[in-house]
Amino acid sequence: MSDSLIALEHPTELQHHFADMEQQKSTSTFGMWLFLGTEIMFFGGMFAAYLIYRRWYYNEFALGSRSINIWLGTINTMVLICSSLTVALGVRAAQMGKRKLLVTLLLITMVFGVAFLGIKGVEWYQKYEEHHVPGSSFNASDLVSVGQKYGVHINQAHSQIYFSLYFALTGLHALHMVVGLGIFTVLTYFAWKGKYTPEYHTPIEIGGLYWHFVDIVWIYLFPLLYLIDRKPFH
Amino acid sequence: MATAVVTTERENYINSEYGIRSWLLTTDHKRIALLYLLSITFFFFIGGFFALLIRLELLTPAGDLVQADTYNKLFTMHGQIMVFFFLIPSIPAVLGNFLVPMMIGAKDLAFPRINLLSWYLYIFGGCMMLHCIVTGGVDTGWTFYTPFSTAFTNTKVIEAGLSIFIVGFSSILTGLNFVVSIHRMRAPGLTWSRLPLFLWSIYATSIIFLLGTPVLAITLLLLIFERAFHLGIFDPTRGGDPLLFQHLFWFYSHPAVYIMILPAMGVVSEIIPCFSRKRVFGYSFVAMSSIAIAVFGFLVWAHHMFVAGISLYSALFFSILSYLVAVPSAVKVFNWTATMYKGSISFSTPMLYALGFIGLFTIGGLTGLFLAALGFDVHVTDTYFVIAHFHYIMVGGAVMGYLGGLHFWWPKISGRMYPEAWGRLAAAIVFIGFNLTFFPQFILGYMGMPRRYWQYPPEFQVLNVFSTAGSTILAVGYLLPMIYMLWSLRYGKIAGDNPWGAAGLEWKTASPPPTFNFDETPEVTWEAYNYDEIPMPEEVSLER
Amino acid sequence: MGLTPNIERLRGSKNMFETFPLWPVQASTIAGQLDLLYVFLLLLSLVTCTAIFTTITVFAIKYRRRHGREAEQIHGSIILEIAWSVIPLGIFLVIFAWGAIIYFHERTPPRDSTEIYTVAKQWMWKFQHPEGQREINELHVPVGRDVKLILTSQDVIHSFYVPAFRIKQDVLPGRYVTAWFRATKPGTYHLFCAEYCGTMHSGMLGQIVVMDPSDYQTWLATSRTFGSLAAAGQSQFEQLGCPTCHRFETQGRGPTLNGVYGNPVTLEDGRTVIADENYIRESVLNPGAKIVSGFKNIMPVFQGLVDEEQMNELVAYVKSLSVPPAGSAGNPTLIPPGTQPQHPKE
Repeated sequence: MSDSLIALEHPTELQHHFADMEQQKSTSTFGMWLFLGTEIMFFGGMFAAYLIYRRWYYNEFALGSRSINIWLGTINTMVLICSSLTVALGVRAAQMGKRKLLVTLLLITMVFGVAFLGIKGVEWYQKYEEHHVPGSSFNASDLVSVGQKYGVHINQAHSQIYFSLYFALTGLHALHMVVGLGIFTVLTYFAWKGKYTPEYHTPIEIGGLYWHFVDIVWIYLFPLLYLIDRKPFH
Repeated sequence: MATAVVTTERENYINSEYGIRSWLLTTDHKRIALLYLLSITFFFFIGGFFALLIRLELLTPAGDLVQADTYNKLFTMHGQIMVFFFLIPSIPAVLGNFLVPMMIGAKDLAFPRINLLSWYLYIFGGCMMLHCIVTGGVDTGWTFYTPFSTAFTNTKVIEAGLSIFIVGFSSILTGLNFVVSIHRMRAPGLTWSRLPLFLWSIYATSIIFLLGTPVLAITLLLLIFERAFHLGIFDPTRGGDPLLFQHLFWFYSHPAVYIMILPAMGVVSEIIPCFSRKRVFGYSFVAMSSIAIAVFGFLVWAHHMFVAGISLYSALFFSILSYLVAVPSAVKVFNWTATMYKGSISFSTPMLYALGFIGLFTIGGLTGLFLAALGFDVHVTDTYFVIAHFHYIMVGGAVMGYLGGLHFWWPKISGRMYPEAWGRLAAAIVFIGFNLTFFPQFILGYMGMPRRYWQYPPEFQVLNVFSTAGSTILAVGYLLPMIYMLWSLRYGKIAGDNPWGAAGLEWKTASPPPTFNFDETPEVTWEAYNYDEIPMPEEVSLER
Repeated sequence: MGLTPNIERLRGSKNMFETFPLWPVQASTIAGQLDLLYVFLLLLSLVTCTAIFTTITVFAIKYRRRHGREAEQIHGSIILEIAWSVIPLGIFLVIFAWGAIIYFHERTPPRDSTEIYTVAKQWMWKFQHPEGQREINELHVPVGRDVKLILTSQDVIHSFYVPAFRIKQDVLPGRYVTAWFRATKPGTYHLFCAEYCGTMHSGMLGQIVVMDPSDYQTWLATSRTFGSLAAAGQSQFEQLGCPTCHRFETQGRGPTLNGVYGNPVTLEDGRTVIADENYIRESVLNPGAKIVSGFKNIMPVFQGLVDEEQMNELVAYVKSLSVPPAGSAGNPTLIPPGTQPQHPKE
């Protein structure tokens, strides 16, 4: 390797094409922020579709929203908020060089993440049993009768649009959680190896940024999907 | 030049390592640029081959060369390959990858491994597209309009959509790398106001990559779900709205046009000052117009939908915004022209391409004004007038810019000069062939010939024959550079570090550059395009 | 193949130069207006191109590289920059206004137009005249009369394009859109589908036959009819059992339809909508979407039970119950068929 000579004079974590650690860190952080910007646009396209159809098919959206288990959603919201806290504490631990604390906090975060996915799975399974998964077996006749009770007309095709967006949005979010868990597995491994020091812990910060972002997306999804209109009609 | 012999013997990015692994696992931006060069050239000729078949079919009014379904697949895949696998990556991924780090005086892009990843994503998506083509292809048009694409066609929409989805991430990562590098990795003294205009345009392009491509990605994902599971989101029989798909699609795909043209404008902004030996006229206006185009470009998407069934008032809104985005483009053309004023102009191949660019882009831009006029658009949208217009921009503009840039930086990339006489001949052939192919299509469009027609009424034949004849000339024009550039790799004259006497950091290092670009990090103390301080080598100026 | 006549028309003359027009026929009132704008734009482009290309050529010759001549470094000029931003912008705004005026004209059908219902499907055009004549891939219209097309598609998106009239309108499935023209010159003109719609997109051709009024009357008289469109609609109405609830002399379980078309309707949730073609369409196909105030949601859904042509007859019938016919088919907007934007309930 031709850059081994240069590397010797530098901290080992410094990649050859950066002048100093400062530059490397600010570059990586900036890159993650930009990436999160693209993520906003990614979810944004779907939010746009959501807003339009919610305006058109309000009754179907409201009743669809009520059919989702709000308790599971609330618990999941709490779980994610707690995981954000442990991530933030983890970054702090990395800054102070507390290796064991860092590893513990990362592991707790991952437990929260797995718990979130598990609860999400239960919620999806409920929807599956209720035949609310869009596709050939979709059936929202239960919502139609609920609608009749309140005197609102429910078009099952429009209910399907609600559930399509529900599954697409929560599914994409869950996919991001899975990616986050993958990132955190790697981070935990290196943290355990003692790679991160008060001088160098950029990956922890960047991974944390990503985790917080995925949490924030959920903070938007929760009211949009679960809390459209929980009051009885009229 | 005296230093030339020494230069080639030095270790450079090409001869520093050998073997297939050293290329496929490289993180060197210059090697990745060459990987891209090979791959996009491959796709360019595939897309071009489809275009030739299309033109041959249209030689006669009856559909006699291929079946209707085959024809529909040909124009679909011509569009998809040319847009997503050639035009969008062309200048950014090849010239941008090669030049951005050198122009900012850095050793590499900010994230070299992500850069390699984006090439692999491109190749993965590309292989998927090729697989899709050989196993049956897709016939929706590159625009994938619903409900045809989701509920009616029985071709491979999902695979084509996925391949474009994947290639989209390659674009996002490339754009991310460029923006971060330009922000954080500039050499000392290289302030924003000293940046070469190529970087400004790459920067503007990258913003579109970052903000637009994710929307395309999510749109294609919804399309794929819709087709696979019949969700109803874009299906009018289930309460969905096909126009929503068009809105989401054009939200990306209109700015995508600026992804193609902005980098070419950047190339032209480098070439014209160099061969006029002048600082570019109105530097800050040219720079800011790139940013303005990128920003306004996001606000005009629905001008593709004036007859699609949008409301009268939104049509008015998008029409007037489309005129606003035309202003910065006009400003650029005027500034390039003014740059030549009182210059000292020589006509090497890159300059010929740059002048050709101005001519074709002007025509493409002016006809864009036609199309933005609401009432006029009603008559010519979805006809050959639109086809001619966007080919003037995307082929006349973007491809001329790409070829001009490739010739301009070829000595830097390869260390060799291409044969100048052949270069000029090819530029002339491309220019003539292009105009013969696409100018008749303006008339065809106004006459009313709709696009995507496999057969057509006989009164349109004469103009179609001109167009087909032109396309064969154009094909020769595109094959020539490939041949003589390959030839030059072995037999070309040794180029020297700065054969054009060009300004810019990339010319201050060896040709081909060493792996880390510069022996020591340069410090910039001069303004961009300080041509009063750099002499042009005699051999360029006397080569007439 | 059933498309042979279309293809045959394409295999015309032996010598391609026999017909080699460079300007499309002008056969509608819009065509002249549009061509005028086109000529203006062409001249503008010609002037601009000449100016730019001449300047470049002059510079290229005058300032070509010569021994003993150095380039003069000029950094720019704010005045020039402002001038060549503001002047083009002014010209652009003129073009915008001109184009917008024509567009406005194109999108606003005159009030007393003859209404022809058009159904597009892969790969043909079907027309229903108010007098009851039906045509496929051929539409007969008289010179000098405003003709409004009420278009819908049975499958994918198509586009109704008549170059000689300079009109084009995408035809969407699941809703009505409108286009109109007034033909000025007898003759036979191309009707193209301009939005890609599948295999035989290029075979989805038709012709518009523009006739002198007297010839047109002859044509009307000689062509087979099935009774007027509204009459056909009435028999549909009766066959489907609609009069059980929608009564005329007394109030039934459904609202009476007299004078509904073109007028505001108050819905049970307090909103008001204008009963246009798209509203009638939705009320038949998906009646629960908008319940008229004071009525219950008891009407069966007719989605899938009436095809597009029957639907058109029903619409024509309901419209015939409102005299005089008023208003236009709703402006197609980014809202679903016949809907007005909804607001969250209290």
